[in-house]
Amino acid sequence: MRSHVWRPLFVALAVVGLILIARAFVVPPDFGVYERGFMYGYHRRSNEKEWEQFKVKYRGKQYCMDCHPDKYESNMSSKHKVIQCENCHGPAIDHPEDPPKLTVDRSRKLCLRCHTKLPYPSSLRGKLKGINPEEHNPDMECSTCHNPHKPDMEGWS
Amino acid sequence: MTDRREFLKTLLRGTLLAATSAGVIKFMKPSEVRAQIEQSNVRWGFLVDTYKCVGCGFCVKACKLENEVPYDVPVTRTWVERYVILKDGRVLADTPMGARDGFISAEVQETIVKPDEITKAFFVPKLCNQCDKPPCVQVCPVGATYQRADGVVLVDRSWCIGCGYCIMACPYGVRFFHPVYRTAEKCTFCIHRLVKGMKTACVDACPFGARQVGNLKDINDPVTKVILTERVGVLKDEYGTKPQVYYLGLDETVR
Repeated sequence: MRSHVWRPLFVALAVVGLILIARAFVVPPDFGVYERGFMYGYHRRSNEKEWEQFKVKYRGKQYCMDCHPDKYESNMSSKHKVIQCENCHGPAIDHPEDPPKLTVDRSRKLCLRCHTKLPYPSSLRGKLKGINPEEHNPDMECSTCHNPHKPDMEGWS
Repeated sequence: MTDRREFLKTLLRGTLLAATSAGVIKFMKPSEVRAQIEQSNVRWGFLVDTYKCVGCGFCVKACKLENEVPYDVPVTRTWVERYVILKDGRVLADTPMGARDGFISAEVQETIVKPDEITKAFFVPKLCNQCDKPPCVQVCPVGATYQRADGVVLVDRSWCIGCGYCIMACPYGVRFFHPVYRTAEKCTFCIHRLVKGMKTACVDACPFGARQVGNLKDINDPVTKVILTERVGVLKDEYGTKPQVYYLGLDETVR
């Protein structure tokens, strides 16, 4: 057959070859099929490590206890022992290095997350002590009268 | 024409070749062999107790801050839904800002509900189901989303092209666009915490133990024990995605 018939075929083959060569450079070497097979496990392996090295910000109550045992004790002897310190005091991250001071959320809204009275049968929310935020001292901070670390006590001592 | 001796020789040679060829080409490390036969002793699963959830939304707040999900944008990896079922048969449901600030008003869907109109009302936390057969992973055209050996589905931000197929494919609507990275975003089960022996941020933040995470391959894990011995349900079972987030006290109105 004449060469002009074959020439497009060679061009096509060259294009395929170029794509394959480019692919070898562009696709990371650890890209492949892993444990979960081709359908679910085709990925870049090193991305798993990248996610595992993501920064932990919430450190937990035990981390707070090491430096603030008094606050920990007073909180753990109250009904609010189920609440994490960092739920109100912001994530610790690397406190005390970074940030040196944690922000405290003293807002009414924070308390109302649990203590707006919602009379819901078949939910634990219905059993929590609650108020109607529009009637119960609407302009005051809850912490003016209630100690969030020891809510059982009426007021601070 | 081959005689019997010749035929048997060929057969033996062929069998030996077939048996050895794979080994001759590549020697695999023990870990690779284990990977090939899909062996892993960890499979992360989740248990939600809807009776215990009070809708405080501390889980949502903790998740957003832990995982650097933009705080004031209405996107979130986990959220809490409120269902209020009325005596006249109406079902009201809402999730203001994904319940990032909890539920502090008795008003649902702009309806003031009187206590005596309610038959039942409850909160349902939602997050990625880390399905055993994740449809979101199948549709990715570039291999940017994948499932780890321990079942957690992740997104490779450097590889995602932001086509959005996975966001459409997820029947649970747990995926969204990350407004900063401009890639698909989803719950990672806080894999960076799990591998360090910690619990996920939402589990730690929950005051009532409504959320728990555990290893489903360890039959002594308290979460696995509950899933094996108690009445649990999953969301949208009919989709065949085999979700691995189990719910105690799931209601038929929950979608």
